[in-house]
Amino acid sequence: MESLSNKKKVLEQKPLNLAERMYLPAIVKGLGTTMSHFFKKSSTIRYPEQVREFSINWRGMHSLKRDEEGRERCTACGLCALSCPAEAITMIAAERKPEEKALYREEKYAAVYEINMLRCIFCGLCEEACPKEAIYLDGPIVPSDYLRKDFIYGKDKLVEAPLEAK
Amino acid sequence: MDINFVIEKFALVTILFSISLVIAMYSTYAERKVAAFLQDRLGPDRAGPFGILQPLADGLKMFMKEEIIPSNASKWLFMVGPGLAMLCACIGTAVIPWGQDLNINGRVVPLQVTDINVGVLYLFGVVSLGVYGVMIGGWASNNKYSLLSAIRAASQNISYEVAMGLSIIALLLMTNTLSLKEIVAQQHGWHWNVIYQPLGFIIFMVCSFAETNRAPFDLPECETELIGGYHTEYSSMKLGFYLFAEYINMFVSSAVMATLYFGGYNYPWMDTVAGHVSPNVAALIGTVVLFAKIFAFIFFFMWVRWTIPRFRYDQLMNLGWKALIPLAIANIIITGIVIAVVNKF
Repeated sequence: MESLSNKKKVLEQKPLNLAERMYLPAIVKGLGTTMSHFFKKSSTIRYPEQVREFSINWRGMHSLKRDEEGRERCTACGLCALSCPAEAITMIAAERKPEEKALYREEKYAAVYEINMLRCIFCGLCEEACPKEAIYLDGPIVPSDYLRKDFIYGKDKLVEAPLEAK
Repeated sequence: MDINFVIEKFALVTILFSISLVIAMYSTYAERKVAAFLQDRLGPDRAGPFGILQPLADGLKMFMKEEIIPSNASKWLFMVGPGLAMLCACIGTAVIPWGQDLNINGRVVPLQVTDINVGVLYLFGVVSLGVYGVMIGGWASNNKYSLLSAIRAASQNISYEVAMGLSIIALLLMTNTLSLKEIVAQQHGWHWNVIYQPLGFIIFMVCSFAETNRAPFDLPECETELIGGYHTEYSSMKLGFYLFAEYINMFVSSAVMATLYFGGYNYPWMDTVAGHVSPNVAALIGTVVLFAKIFAFIFFFMWVRWTIPRFRYDQLMNLGWKALIPLAIANIIITGIVIAVVNKF
Protein backbone atom coordinates (compact mmCIF):
# COMPACT_ATOMS: atom_id res chain seq x y z
CA MET A 1 0.00 0.00 0.00
CA GLU A 2 1.20 3.49 -0.73
CA SER A 3 2.34 5.48 2.21
CA LEU A 4 0.26 8.59 2.77
CA SER A 5 2.31 10.08 5.53
CA ASN A 6 5.55 9.83 3.57
CA LYS A 7 7.21 8.63 6.75
CA LYS A 8 7.44 4.99 5.75
CA LYS A 9 10.97 3.67 5.77
CA VAL A 10 11.85 0.28 4.38
CA LEU A 11 14.62 -1.32 6.37
CA GLU A 12 16.95 -3.74 4.72
CA GLN A 13 17.98 -6.82 6.65
CA LYS A 14 21.53 -7.52 5.63
CA PRO A 15 23.69 -10.25 7.11
CA LEU A 16 26.31 -8.86 9.48
CA ASN A 17 29.65 -8.01 7.95
CA LEU A 18 32.91 -9.17 9.48
CA ALA A 19 33.39 -6.14 11.73
CA GLU A 20 29.87 -6.50 13.07
CA ARG A 21 30.26 -10.22 13.61
CA MET A 22 33.42 -9.60 15.62
CA TYR A 23 31.39 -7.48 18.08
CA LEU A 24 34.58 -5.73 19.15
CA PRO A 25 34.23 -2.40 17.26
CA ALA A 26 30.70 -1.99 18.57
CA ILE A 27 31.80 -2.96 22.08
CA VAL A 28 34.63 -0.43 22.05
CA LYS A 29 32.24 2.24 20.84
CA GLY A 30 29.79 1.34 23.60
CA LEU A 31 32.53 1.42 26.23
CA GLY A 32 33.44 4.90 25.01
CA THR A 33 29.85 6.02 25.37
CA THR A 34 29.53 4.77 28.93
CA MET A 35 32.92 6.20 29.88
CA SER A 36 31.86 9.63 28.63
CA HIS A 37 28.99 9.42 31.11
CA PHE A 38 31.40 8.54 33.92
CA PHE A 39 32.66 12.13 33.96
CA LYS A 40 29.31 13.82 33.50
CA LYS A 41 27.70 15.59 36.37
CA SER A 42 25.13 13.46 38.12
CA SER A 43 21.59 14.74 37.95
CA THR A 44 20.68 13.38 41.38
CA ILE A 45 19.06 15.70 43.92
CA ARG A 46 19.79 14.42 47.43
CA TYR A 47 16.23 14.84 48.53
CA PRO A 48 15.99 15.46 52.25
CA GLU A 49 18.93 17.88 52.18
CA GLN A 50 18.36 19.37 48.76
CA VAL A 51 14.90 20.16 47.48
CA ARG A 52 14.18 20.49 43.83
CA GLU A 53 12.87 23.92 42.85
CA PHE A 54 9.28 24.00 41.75
CA SER A 55 8.41 25.42 38.36
CA ILE A 56 6.79 28.86 38.38
CA ASN A 57 3.38 27.48 37.50
CA TRP A 58 3.54 24.78 40.16
CA ARG A 59 0.25 24.21 41.97
CA GLY A 60 0.69 23.01 45.52
CA MET A 61 -1.22 23.43 48.77
CA HIS A 62 -3.79 26.19 48.89
CA SER A 63 -3.37 29.29 50.96
CA LEU A 64 -6.05 31.83 51.87
CA LYS A 65 -4.57 35.27 51.41
CA ARG A 66 -4.72 38.42 53.49
CA ASP A 67 -4.74 41.94 52.10
CA GLU A 68 -2.09 44.57 52.74
CA GLU A 69 -3.62 45.41 56.13
CA GLY A 70 -3.64 41.77 57.23
CA ARG A 71 -7.36 41.21 56.80
CA GLU A 72 -8.68 38.00 55.29
CA ARG A 73 -9.68 38.56 51.69
CA CYS A 74 -12.19 35.71 51.44
CA THR A 75 -15.84 36.77 51.44
CA ALA A 76 -17.28 33.29 51.33
CA CYS A 77 -18.97 33.86 48.00
CA GLY A 78 -18.70 30.17 47.23
CA LEU A 79 -17.45 30.53 43.67
CA CYS A 80 -14.44 28.38 44.41
CA ALA A 81 -16.63 25.63 45.79
CA LEU A 82 -18.87 25.94 42.74
CA SER A 83 -16.01 25.80 40.27
CA CYS A 84 -14.32 22.89 42.00
CA PRO A 85 -14.67 19.82 39.73
CA ALA A 86 -13.76 17.49 42.57
CA GLU A 87 -16.16 19.01 45.13
CA ALA A 88 -13.34 19.39 47.56
CA ILE A 89 -14.22 22.81 49.00
CA THR A 90 -16.92 23.55 51.55
CA MET A 91 -17.51 26.67 53.62
CA ILE A 92 -19.89 28.30 56.04
CA ALA A 93 -20.36 32.05 55.70
CA ALA A 94 -20.85 34.46 58.59
CA GLU A 95 -21.52 38.17 59.01
CA ARG A 96 -18.74 40.40 60.26
CA LYS A 97 -19.34 42.16 63.58
CA PRO A 98 -18.24 45.81 63.95
CA GLU A 99 -15.35 44.90 66.26
CA GLU A 100 -13.98 42.44 63.71
CA LYS A 101 -13.23 45.08 61.11
CA ALA A 102 -9.51 44.50 61.40
CA LEU A 103 -9.90 40.80 60.80
CA TYR A 104 -12.06 40.57 57.70
CA ARG A 105 -12.03 42.81 54.66
CA GLU A 106 -15.74 42.76 53.86
CA GLU A 107 -18.98 42.34 55.73
CA LYS A 108 -19.23 38.65 54.94
CA TYR A 109 -16.50 36.15 55.69
CA ALA A 110 -15.91 32.41 55.83
CA ALA A 111 -16.38 31.17 59.37
CA VAL A 112 -15.44 27.66 58.28
CA TYR A 113 -13.47 26.96 55.17
CA GLU A 114 -12.46 23.37 54.46
CA ILE A 115 -10.63 21.71 51.61
CA ASN A 116 -10.48 17.95 51.41
CA MET A 117 -6.96 17.34 50.16
CA LEU A 118 -7.83 13.76 49.20
CA ARG A 119 -10.49 15.03 46.81
CA CYS A 120 -8.54 17.97 45.49
CA ILE A 121 -6.94 17.42 42.08
CA PHE A 122 -4.91 20.64 42.16
CA CYS A 123 -6.41 21.89 38.91
CA GLY A 124 -6.32 25.50 40.04
CA LEU A 125 -9.90 26.33 39.02
CA CYS A 126 -10.67 27.75 42.48
CA GLU A 127 -7.78 30.15 42.03
CA GLU A 128 -9.20 31.23 38.66
CA ALA A 129 -12.74 31.53 39.95
CA CYS A 130 -11.95 33.70 42.98
CA PRO A 131 -12.98 37.32 42.36
CA LYS A 132 -11.19 38.55 45.50
CA GLU A 133 -7.74 37.04 44.82
CA ALA A 134 -8.16 35.23 48.11
CA ILE A 135 -7.01 31.70 47.25
CA TYR A 136 -3.80 30.62 45.59
CA LEU A 137 -2.25 27.21 45.14
CA ASP A 138 1.22 28.48 45.95
CA GLY A 139 2.14 26.20 48.85
CA PRO A 140 4.35 23.13 49.14
CA ILE A 141 3.41 19.52 48.48
CA VAL A 142 0.58 18.43 50.75
CA PRO A 143 2.17 16.16 53.37
CA SER A 144 1.06 12.59 53.89
CA ASP A 145 -0.90 11.48 56.93
CA TYR A 146 -2.44 8.42 58.51
CA LEU A 147 -6.15 9.22 58.83
CA ARG A 148 -8.59 10.39 56.22
CA LYS A 149 -10.02 13.01 58.58
CA ASP A 150 -6.62 14.63 58.88
CA PHE A 151 -6.67 15.47 55.19
CA ILE A 152 -9.55 17.87 55.60
CA TYR A 153 -7.71 21.14 55.99
CA GLY A 154 -9.49 23.92 57.83
CA LYS A 155 -8.71 27.59 58.14
CA ASP A 156 -6.01 26.85 60.74
CA LYS A 157 -3.88 25.30 58.03
CA LEU A 158 -5.01 27.29 55.02
CA VAL A 159 -5.02 30.94 56.07
CA GLU A 160 -1.78 32.83 55.62
CA ALA A 161 0.08 33.83 58.75
CA PRO A 162 -0.86 37.31 60.08
CA LEU A 163 1.30 40.21 58.93
CA GLU A 164 3.27 40.76 62.14
CA ALA A 165 4.16 37.10 62.40
CA LYS A 166 5.72 37.16 58.98
CA MET B 1 59.38 -28.76 58.84
CA ASP B 2 60.49 -25.72 60.68
CA ILE B 3 58.07 -23.63 62.67
CA ASN B 4 58.90 -20.39 60.87
CA PHE B 5 57.75 -21.92 57.61
CA VAL B 6 54.38 -22.80 59.13
CA ILE B 7 53.97 -19.34 60.67
CA GLU B 8 54.95 -17.64 57.43
CA LYS B 9 52.54 -19.65 55.28
CA PHE B 10 49.76 -19.35 57.83
CA ALA B 11 50.20 -15.58 57.93
CA LEU B 12 50.23 -15.37 54.15
CA VAL B 13 47.10 -17.51 53.83
CA THR B 14 45.30 -15.45 56.45
CA ILE B 15 46.27 -12.18 54.81
CA LEU B 16 45.27 -13.40 51.36
CA PHE B 17 41.99 -14.74 52.63
CA SER B 18 41.09 -11.47 54.34
CA ILE B 19 42.23 -9.43 51.34
CA SER B 20 40.03 -11.54 49.07
CA LEU B 21 37.06 -11.08 51.35
CA VAL B 22 37.58 -7.34 51.81
CA ILE B 23 38.05 -6.83 48.09
CA ALA B 24 34.94 -8.87 47.36
CA MET B 25 33.05 -6.82 49.95
CA TYR B 26 34.14 -3.55 48.48
CA SER B 27 33.59 -4.83 44.95
CA THR B 28 29.88 -4.85 45.71
CA TYR B 29 30.19 -1.22 46.76
CA ALA B 30 32.40 -0.36 43.79
CA GLU B 31 29.99 -2.06 41.44
CA ARG B 32 27.13 0.09 42.65
CA LYS B 33 29.22 3.23 42.54
CA VAL B 34 30.58 2.50 39.06
CA ALA B 35 27.10 1.66 37.83
CA ALA B 36 25.83 4.91 39.29
CA PHE B 37 28.57 7.04 37.77
CA LEU B 38 28.14 5.42 34.37
CA GLN B 39 24.44 6.26 34.54
CA ASP B 40 24.85 9.84 35.79
CA ARG B 41 23.75 8.94 39.32
CA LEU B 42 25.46 9.08 42.72
CA GLY B 43 25.14 5.56 44.05
CA PRO B 44 24.97 4.61 47.72
CA ASP B 45 26.08 7.56 49.85
CA ARG B 46 24.08 7.29 53.08
CA ALA B 47 26.00 4.76 55.19
CA GLY B 48 29.10 6.58 56.34
CA PRO B 49 31.03 9.17 54.31
CA PHE B 50 30.49 8.50 50.58
CA GLY B 51 28.61 5.37 51.64
CA ILE B 52 31.77 3.40 52.44
CA LEU B 53 29.99 1.50 55.20
CA GLN B 54 27.40 0.24 52.73
CA PRO B 55 28.98 -3.25 52.38
CA LEU B 56 28.83 -3.67 56.18
CA ALA B 57 25.19 -2.67 56.18
CA ASP B 58 24.50 -5.11 53.34
CA GLY B 59 26.34 -7.87 55.16
CA LEU B 60 24.41 -7.21 58.35
CA LYS B 61 21.18 -7.30 56.38
CA MET B 62 22.14 -10.66 54.88
CA PHE B 63 22.89 -12.09 58.32
CA MET B 64 19.62 -10.86 59.80
CA LYS B 65 17.41 -12.23 57.04
CA GLU B 66 15.28 -15.28 57.66
CA GLU B 67 16.84 -18.49 56.46
CA ILE B 68 14.49 -20.43 54.22
CA ILE B 69 15.14 -23.96 52.99
CA PRO B 70 12.42 -25.20 50.64
CA SER B 71 10.67 -28.24 52.10
CA ASN B 72 11.34 -30.41 49.05
CA ALA B 73 14.92 -29.32 48.64
CA SER B 74 17.76 -31.74 49.14
CA LYS B 75 18.80 -30.22 52.43
CA TRP B 76 22.37 -31.36 52.69
CA LEU B 77 23.29 -30.45 49.12
CA PHE B 78 21.37 -27.22 49.49
CA MET B 79 23.78 -26.27 52.25
CA VAL B 80 26.87 -27.62 50.50
CA GLY B 81 26.27 -25.57 47.34
CA PRO B 82 27.13 -22.07 48.60
CA GLY B 83 29.99 -23.41 50.70
CA LEU B 84 31.51 -25.12 47.68
CA ALA B 85 31.13 -22.00 45.57
CA MET B 86 32.87 -19.96 48.24
CA LEU B 87 35.64 -22.53 48.79
CA CYS B 88 36.47 -22.84 45.10
CA ALA B 89 36.51 -19.07 44.75
CA CYS B 90 38.92 -18.64 47.66
CA ILE B 91 41.53 -21.31 46.92
CA GLY B 92 42.42 -19.87 43.53
CA THR B 93 44.62 -17.19 45.08
CA ALA B 94 47.06 -19.79 46.46
CA VAL B 95 49.28 -20.11 43.38
CA ILE B 96 49.39 -16.48 42.32
CA PRO B 97 52.76 -14.82 43.00
CA TRP B 98 51.89 -11.58 44.78
CA GLY B 99 55.38 -10.11 44.67
CA GLN B 100 59.07 -10.77 44.62
CA ASP B 101 60.61 -12.63 47.53
CA LEU B 102 60.93 -10.69 50.75
CA ASN B 103 64.04 -10.94 52.91
CA ILE B 104 63.14 -10.86 56.61
CA ASN B 105 66.11 -11.28 58.99
CA GLY B 106 68.02 -13.28 56.42
CA ARG B 107 65.06 -15.52 55.70
CA VAL B 108 63.68 -15.60 52.15
CA VAL B 109 59.89 -15.30 52.29
CA PRO B 110 58.17 -15.82 48.95
CA LEU B 111 54.95 -13.84 48.53
CA GLN B 112 53.20 -16.87 47.14
CA VAL B 113 51.45 -19.51 49.17
CA THR B 114 52.77 -22.33 47.04
CA ASP B 115 54.77 -22.43 43.84
CA ILE B 116 53.54 -25.69 42.35
CA ASN B 117 55.05 -26.50 38.98
CA VAL B 118 51.60 -27.03 37.43
CA GLY B 119 50.18 -23.73 38.72
CA VAL B 120 48.26 -23.00 35.52
CA LEU B 121 46.63 -26.43 35.59
CA TYR B 122 45.75 -25.97 39.26
CA LEU B 123 44.01 -22.70 38.42
CA PHE B 124 42.05 -24.36 35.65
CA GLY B 125 41.06 -27.15 37.99
CA VAL B 126 39.81 -24.70 40.59
CA VAL B 127 37.90 -22.70 38.01
CA SER B 128 36.22 -25.86 36.71
CA LEU B 129 35.29 -26.88 40.24
CA GLY B 130 33.65 -23.50 40.75
CA VAL B 131 30.71 -24.49 38.61
CA TYR B 132 29.88 -27.35 40.99
CA GLY B 133 28.73 -24.90 43.62
CA VAL B 134 26.31 -23.40 41.14
CA MET B 135 25.18 -26.78 39.81
CA ILE B 136 24.64 -28.37 43.19
CA GLY B 137 22.81 -25.30 44.48
CA GLY B 138 20.58 -25.15 41.41
CA TRP B 139 19.82 -28.85 41.49
CA ALA B 140 19.23 -29.08 45.24
CA SER B 141 16.75 -26.20 45.21
CA ASN B 142 14.11 -28.41 43.54
CA ASN B 143 13.05 -25.49 41.39
CA LYS B 144 12.71 -25.54 37.60
CA TYR B 145 14.27 -22.15 37.13
CA SER B 146 17.20 -22.92 39.38
CA LEU B 147 17.78 -26.18 37.53
CA LEU B 148 17.64 -24.49 34.12
CA SER B 149 20.05 -21.90 35.36
CA ALA B 150 22.41 -24.54 36.73
CA ILE B 151 22.36 -26.34 33.39
CA ARG B 152 23.10 -23.09 31.63
CA ALA B 153 25.96 -22.33 33.96
CA ALA B 154 27.43 -25.78 33.48
CA SER B 155 27.21 -25.79 29.71
CA GLN B 156 28.51 -22.23 29.48
CA ASN B 157 31.48 -22.94 31.72
CA ILE B 158 32.37 -26.15 29.93
CA SER B 159 32.14 -24.48 26.51
CA TYR B 160 34.28 -21.54 27.44
CA GLU B 161 36.80 -23.60 29.37
CA VAL B 162 37.78 -25.25 26.08
CA ALA B 163 38.54 -21.92 24.42
CA MET B 164 40.25 -20.70 27.58
CA GLY B 165 42.47 -23.75 27.74
CA LEU B 166 43.37 -23.46 24.07
CA SER B 167 44.17 -19.76 24.38
CA ILE B 168 46.55 -20.48 27.24
CA ILE B 169 48.40 -23.17 25.25
CA ALA B 170 49.79 -20.52 22.88
CA LEU B 171 51.09 -18.70 25.94
CA LEU B 172 52.65 -21.86 27.35
CA LEU B 173 54.41 -22.49 24.03
CA MET B 174 56.21 -19.21 24.65
CA THR B 175 56.91 -19.56 28.36
CA ASN B 176 57.83 -23.28 28.39
CA THR B 177 56.63 -23.58 31.96
CA LEU B 178 53.41 -24.07 33.90
CA SER B 179 54.68 -22.42 37.06
CA LEU B 180 53.10 -19.04 37.56
CA LYS B 181 56.15 -17.76 39.41
CA GLU B 182 58.37 -18.39 36.42
CA ILE B 183 55.81 -17.03 33.95
CA VAL B 184 55.79 -13.78 35.89
CA ALA B 185 59.57 -13.70 36.25
CA GLN B 186 59.89 -13.99 32.47
CA GLN B 187 57.84 -10.83 31.97
CA HIS B 188 60.42 -8.62 33.67
CA GLY B 189 59.99 -4.91 33.00
CA TRP B 190 58.11 -4.27 29.81
CA HIS B 191 58.12 -7.81 28.38
CA TRP B 192 54.50 -8.45 29.17
CA ASN B 193 52.89 -11.40 27.45
CA VAL B 194 50.00 -9.31 26.19
CA ILE B 195 52.39 -7.67 23.71
CA TYR B 196 53.25 -11.05 22.19
CA GLN B 197 49.83 -12.63 22.60
CA PRO B 198 47.16 -9.96 22.02
CA LEU B 199 44.70 -12.38 20.40
CA GLY B 200 45.31 -14.96 23.08
CA PHE B 201 44.66 -12.32 25.73
CA ILE B 202 41.38 -11.23 24.17
CA ILE B 203 40.17 -14.83 23.97
CA PHE B 204 41.29 -15.47 27.54
CA MET B 205 39.56 -12.33 28.78
CA VAL B 206 36.27 -13.09 27.02
CA CYS B 207 36.40 -16.59 28.50
CA SER B 208 37.09 -15.16 31.96
CA PHE B 209 33.96 -13.09 31.65
CA ALA B 210 32.04 -16.24 30.79
CA GLU B 211 33.65 -18.30 33.55
CA THR B 212 32.84 -15.76 36.23
CA ASN B 213 29.25 -15.47 34.95
CA ARG B 214 29.66 -11.75 34.48
CA ALA B 215 27.74 -9.67 31.99
CA PRO B 216 27.48 -10.02 29.01
CA PHE B 217 27.63 -13.74 29.83
CA ASP B 218 25.48 -13.69 32.98
CA LEU B 219 22.92 -16.07 31.54
CA PRO B 220 22.78 -18.28 34.65
CA GLU B 221 21.27 -15.42 36.60
CA CYS B 222 19.26 -13.42 34.12
CA GLU B 223 16.30 -12.15 36.06
CA THR B 224 14.00 -11.69 33.08
CA GLU B 225 14.17 -15.32 32.05
CA LEU B 226 15.03 -17.28 35.17
CA ILE B 227 13.73 -15.16 38.07
CA GLY B 228 16.96 -15.11 40.10
CA GLY B 229 18.87 -17.92 38.46
CA TYR B 230 20.46 -20.73 40.42
CA HIS B 231 20.06 -18.83 43.70
CA THR B 232 16.31 -18.22 43.35
CA GLU B 233 15.52 -20.33 46.42
CA TYR B 234 18.41 -19.09 48.51
CA SER B 235 18.08 -16.52 51.24
CA SER B 236 20.05 -15.05 54.08
CA MET B 237 23.80 -15.63 54.16
CA LYS B 238 23.64 -18.61 51.78
CA LEU B 239 22.59 -16.18 49.09
CA GLY B 240 25.26 -13.86 50.39
CA PHE B 241 27.85 -16.59 49.88
CA TYR B 242 26.85 -17.05 46.26
CA LEU B 243 27.00 -13.35 45.54
CA PHE B 244 30.26 -13.09 47.43
CA ALA B 245 31.79 -16.03 45.56
CA GLU B 246 30.98 -14.29 42.31
CA TYR B 247 32.95 -11.23 43.37
CA ILE B 248 35.86 -13.28 44.67
CA ASN B 249 35.91 -15.09 41.34
CA MET B 250 36.10 -11.74 39.64
CA PHE B 251 39.03 -10.77 41.85
CA VAL B 252 40.82 -14.06 41.20
CA SER B 253 40.35 -13.94 37.45
CA SER B 254 41.55 -10.32 37.41
CA ALA B 255 44.61 -11.49 39.31
CA VAL B 256 45.15 -14.36 36.86
CA MET B 257 44.86 -12.07 33.85
CA ALA B 258 47.26 -9.58 35.40
CA THR B 259 49.68 -12.39 36.23
CA LEU B 260 49.60 -14.27 32.94
CA TYR B 261 49.36 -11.41 30.47
CA PHE B 262 50.12 -8.13 32.18
CA GLY B 263 53.37 -8.96 33.91
CA GLY B 264 52.10 -9.55 37.45
CA TYR B 265 54.21 -7.47 39.80
CA ASN B 266 56.50 -6.26 36.98
CA TYR B 267 56.37 -2.69 35.81
CA PRO B 268 58.50 -0.60 33.44
CA TRP B 269 61.75 0.83 34.85
CA MET B 270 61.44 -1.44 37.87
CA ASP B 271 65.22 -1.92 37.86
CA THR B 272 65.76 1.84 38.16
CA VAL B 273 63.33 1.96 41.07
CA ALA B 274 64.93 -1.09 42.67
CA GLY B 275 68.31 0.62 42.52
CA HIS B 276 67.07 3.43 44.77
CA VAL B 277 65.21 1.55 47.49
CA SER B 278 65.86 -1.52 49.61
CA PRO B 279 64.91 -4.90 48.04
CA ASN B 280 61.98 -5.43 50.39
CA VAL B 281 60.45 -2.06 49.54
CA ALA B 282 60.98 -2.75 45.84
CA ALA B 283 59.13 -6.06 46.22
CA LEU B 284 56.26 -4.36 48.03
CA ILE B 285 56.04 -1.69 45.31
CA GLY B 286 55.68 -4.58 42.88
CA THR B 287 52.81 -5.95 44.97
CA VAL B 288 51.10 -2.56 44.92
CA VAL B 289 51.51 -2.46 41.14
CA LEU B 290 49.95 -5.91 40.85
CA PHE B 291 46.98 -4.77 42.92
CA ALA B 292 46.63 -1.66 40.77
CA LYS B 293 46.43 -3.92 37.71
CA ILE B 294 43.87 -6.13 39.46
CA PHE B 295 41.72 -3.14 40.38
CA ALA B 296 41.94 -1.89 36.82
CA PHE B 297 40.65 -5.26 35.62
CA ILE B 298 37.87 -5.29 38.21
CA PHE B 299 36.86 -1.84 37.04
CA PHE B 300 36.91 -3.11 33.46
CA PHE B 301 34.64 -6.01 34.46
CA MET B 302 32.16 -3.51 35.89
CA TRP B 303 32.51 -1.10 33.02
CA VAL B 304 31.64 -3.88 30.56
CA ARG B 305 28.73 -5.01 32.70
CA TRP B 306 27.06 -1.63 32.45
CA THR B 307 27.76 -1.26 28.74
CA ILE B 308 26.93 -4.49 26.94
CA PRO B 309 23.56 -6.22 27.00
CA ARG B 310 23.35 -9.93 27.71
CA PHE B 311 24.01 -12.43 24.93
CA ARG B 312 21.25 -14.67 23.72
CA TYR B 313 21.89 -18.32 24.50
CA ASP B 314 22.53 -19.36 20.87
CA GLN B 315 24.79 -16.35 20.38
CA LEU B 316 26.72 -17.41 23.44
CA MET B 317 27.23 -20.92 22.10
CA ASN B 318 28.06 -19.66 18.60
CA LEU B 319 30.65 -17.30 19.99
CA GLY B 320 32.20 -19.96 22.16
CA TRP B 321 32.33 -22.88 19.75
CA LYS B 322 32.40 -21.27 16.32
CA ALA B 323 34.46 -18.17 16.96
CA LEU B 324 36.68 -18.42 20.03
CA ILE B 325 37.81 -22.04 19.66
CA PRO B 326 38.87 -21.74 15.97
CA LEU B 327 40.58 -18.44 16.78
CA ALA B 328 42.40 -20.00 19.70
CA ILE B 329 43.55 -22.92 17.54
CA ALA B 330 44.72 -20.53 14.82
CA ASN B 331 46.58 -18.61 17.51
CA ILE B 332 48.36 -21.78 18.62
CA ILE B 333 49.41 -22.62 15.06
CA ILE B 334 50.69 -19.09 14.34
CA THR B 335 52.55 -18.96 17.64
CA GLY B 336 54.08 -22.36 16.96
CA ILE B 337 55.25 -21.34 13.49
CA VAL B 338 56.69 -18.04 14.72
CA ILE B 339 58.55 -19.75 17.57
CA ALA B 340 59.94 -22.39 15.19
CA VAL B 341 61.07 -19.70 12.72
CA VAL B 342 62.63 -17.56 15.44
CA ASN B 343 64.51 -20.55 16.89
CA LYS B 344 65.75 -21.55 13.44
CA PHE B 345 67.36 -18.18 12.61
